[in-house]
Amino acid sequence: MLGIVAAIIDGVLIGSVYGLAAMGLTLIWGVMNVVNLTHGAAIVAGMFALYLLTAAIGLPPYATLPVILVGGFLVGVALYWIAVHRMVDRAHLMSLLSTFAVNLVVIGLGTAVLGTGLFNVPVTLPSVTWQRYTFSGTHILAAALTALIAGLLYLFLYRTRPGKAVRAVANNREAAELCGIPTTRVLSFAFGLGVALAGAAGMLIATMFPFTVLSGDAYQLKSFVVTALGGLGNPAGALLGGVALGLIEGFAAQVMPVSWTLVIEFVLFVAVLLLFPRGVFALRRA
Amino acid sequence: MRKLCLLAAIAAFFAGPAAAAGDQTLTIGMTLSQTGSLNIDSLAQVRGSELWRDQVNDAGGIKVGDQRYKIRFVTYDDQSQGGRVQQLYTRLIVQDKAQFLFGPYSSGLSATAAVITEQYGRPMLIAGGAEPKTYTLGNKYLVQVITSADHYLTGAIDALASKNAHAKVALVYSDDPFSKAVAIAAREHAKKSGLSIVLDESYAPATTDFSPIINKIISSSAEALLGGGHYTDGATLARQVHDQKADLKFVSLLVAPDSPEFASLGPAAFGVTVPSQWEIQATYKPQFGPTGAEFVKAFQDKFKVPPDYHSASGYQAGIILQHAIEQAQSIDADKVVAALNAMDVTTFFGRFKIAADAAHHGLQIAHEMVLAQWQKKNGQLEREVVWPTSAQTAGLLYPLH
Repeated sequence: MLGIVAAIIDGVLIGSVYGLAAMGLTLIWGVMNVVNLTHGAAIVAGMFALYLLTAAIGLPPYATLPVILVGGFLVGVALYWIAVHRMVDRAHLMSLLSTFAVNLVVIGLGTAVLGTGLFNVPVTLPSVTWQRYTFSGTHILAAALTALIAGLLYLFLYRTRPGKAVRAVANNREAAELCGIPTTRVLSFAFGLGVALAGAAGMLIATMFPFTVLSGDAYQLKSFVVTALGGLGNPAGALLGGVALGLIEGFAAQVMPVSWTLVIEFVLFVAVLLLFPRGVFALRRA
Repeated sequence: MRKLCLLAAIAAFFAGPAAAAGDQTLTIGMTLSQTGSLNIDSLAQVRGSELWRDQVNDAGGIKVGDQRYKIRFVTYDDQSQGGRVQQLYTRLIVQDKAQFLFGPYSSGLSATAAVITEQYGRPMLIAGGAEPKTYTLGNKYLVQVITSADHYLTGAIDALASKNAHAKVALVYSDDPFSKAVAIAAREHAKKSGLSIVLDESYAPATTDFSPIINKIISSSAEALLGGGHYTDGATLARQVHDQKADLKFVSLLVAPDSPEFASLGPAAFGVTVPSQWEIQATYKPQFGPTGAEFVKAFQDKFKVPPDYHSASGYQAGIILQHAIEQAQSIDADKVVAALNAMDVTTFFGRFKIAADAAHHGLQIAHEMVLAQWQKKNGQLEREVVWPTSAQTAGLLYPLH
């Protein structure tokens, strides 16, 4: 019983980081109706940014977070103008193919330069022990930083003029345009924000687990499941969806063979798509 | 113009046979995992084979009768994916005319490649596939260089039982053919040795978060962890076992801790044991080929890193093939396989002998493994041989906590 409680706590801690990763994906979808398949590459870029900034410049691991957020934002804005801008109003398949191509280029370059070996960033933090179970300090801090970033994102979207502009464009781009909002700039801003969030999630994941250039695919898949749970275009729902996924992963592994966890995840994915196409948490909100 | 054509024809007539007579190249084909999850171990294995190739060519080639055959490698990236392997081995045989083949890294990829090499009747030496099932399918041209998966955790279980005769064991392994074959044999051997298995779980090879499994290990009150799979998952599991302070007295993981890169895990690597096909400290007396020390020096001079057992097994595949060709005095596939079937030799890597009966043809039956443990020596993490006691270079650290 204690094991189940410990697994649920751990699942929630890690699930919140899944939620942060999915917030980037869902924000981009919500604002511009683009399924961003560079998402996995952005997560991996965050992982390697942590590795390079700590190994090359000697920055403390968590001091890289603001650097990665700013860098991720700038790269995201550039990516928008290079690969997404002309695809926004076209068929979904076009933006899908365009971002998929960028993903292949980024992962291909990463493979050529860094190889596909395992990288590890050793992060030492005090941990919390309860009974026989230990909750790693990196997991706790990752969840805390996720909550902080999510809070800041909420304040930005609901309390600032640029944030309100992002929401206005997400609601009705033509109406926003008529109100004088520079929608193209808002779109590039939102894309940059989405990539920055994915990079930050990658950085936090890399403080917890070793990683490779190819690690992004697994987290991209999880982001899709989380996005389906939380509702497309709903950042708050994504965070809840991430926590729910982590909780399910933690709980399921305690009551059945671990190898079934993936099956459970994707059965859930299909079930949510069929029963709650707008997302479980989006439905509640409505 | 006619005279020119005539001259060209005469030149071609004489040049043709001359080119054929000078064509003393033996083509060996293989795929390697330049990318994907098997990259680290595969690269190490191929480096061993490359060292052998370069040494043979520097010495003038393999002598067969009056001819000397220089070695040419043709390689492709299989991306660590079975789907690529069959296509590429077909290409190696049909298009690149490979006369002999070295297997790809991992049991799964080797079994996949074997389907093709058997169809074409080409000998394939497998240096990185330990799963034994492939050798019970009636294959005639496969040769296993390393100890089969049945025996991988035997030493670890014996070492553990010597310290704690009733230890509670968590068997946690990757859901791939090699690791599953190891687990089946380990389960039986642990029971026979009096150990109790309190957790028996497999996980997907792509698993990145082992927290739920580690919580299960803690809940099971296991004292020892046996299992793992390959490099990526094994190293991740080791780090998380350390981060979550699972109170384990003994940890033995497959493959990953044998790589020098494992030391990059720092304190998470300390005390972890690994069943190893070969270690630098091994002192076998070779009947042919280099001694262990000579191999290590040549490898370090060429690649600037110490060899692990994957590199040693890659080299072993080369010298075993070379010896078989020299014994057969032919490069004919059937004659070379007959020489391999009859071979019972010791090299720097240990003993080599394969089963020659139809039911198990190619299965390695003589090579023995050791158990190595990451220990601290002068403040640095180094692997020491801790089992069997006859080959020990340091005592087994037990318990870890």
